[in-house]
Amino acid sequence: MSTRRINWYKYAAPANFYPLAGKMIPFFTVVTVLLFIIGLYVGFFVAPTDFQQGESYRIIFIHVPAAWMGMFLYVLMAVYAGLGWAFNARLGSMMATAISTTGAIFTFISLVTGSLWGRPAWGVYWVWDARMTSTLILMFLYIGFISLQASIDDSRRADRAGAVLALVGLINVPIIYFSVQWWNTLHQGATFTARSFKMAPSMLSAMLILMAACWMYSIAVVLVRVRCIIREREREAPWLAEAVA
Amino acid sequence: MGGYGFYVWGSYGVTLVLLGGEVLMLLKRRRAVARIAPEPKLENRNAKFEAAMVSDKL
Repeated sequence: MSTRRINWYKYAAPANFYPLAGKMIPFFTVVTVLLFIIGLYVGFFVAPTDFQQGESYRIIFIHVPAAWMGMFLYVLMAVYAGLGWAFNARLGSMMATAISTTGAIFTFISLVTGSLWGRPAWGVYWVWDARMTSTLILMFLYIGFISLQASIDDSRRADRAGAVLALVGLINVPIIYFSVQWWNTLHQGATFTARSFKMAPSMLSAMLILMAACWMYSIAVVLVRVRCIIREREREAPWLAEAVA
Repeated sequence: MGGYGFYVWGSYGVTLVLLGGEVLMLLKRRRAVARIAPEPKLENRNAKFEAAMVSDKL
């Protein structure tokens, strides 16, 4: 068995992570495009019409992955912000900043697609239901994180302030997830759990493929953005100044 | 879309506009960054900085 180990600490240095991220971007971009094409094909041409909801159910192929991404990316953002704060690892804070915009966009997509699905299914675009209200709070947390960081000139202070907000806001994620169990909500329960899939296999495949596409998309855009942030913040640093000269 | 065209295409349209918009803004930002800090030629790095980089602490 190979005993070769990857030195993860090495890639905590922006100087080492920058070229690594550059090499990974083309791979994630190609996989994103392929997965979106396959997922949309399965979602629109293979998955059958739902016997209760008709064609409107096809919205969930993008709604569920977007809602999940909003939550996953928030957790990831808080973890990176926390690492950046606790260990003074500037790359962690830069990753958190890079993730926040994409997370906010996915949360917004989940709110809009959810209300467009809700109108034909429930007869209303919006209700102050626990799941929907807590998702709206998630959106405000992202906006708060982005605005707070933008309002502080010193980037390391902005990182620390953002980390506090991100970590405190983490409490909202389990509230969103369990809201459909804790309260009597209009929003339906989990579509699938570890024990049961309440969907036809082709419908489930479309949703899971688009879920993977959203993950790959997020990784690709976050890597491009973190490279921009590294160049903006570290342009005075010897490794970058020297490499440019 | 069985009478649900507005809702279905609206959902996918919003997603396309937002994700497409994000990519466009990001490419614009990358061009703006290139003006203030040109793409580093990392293979040209000085050995001294290579050593400093490896010892870069967390």
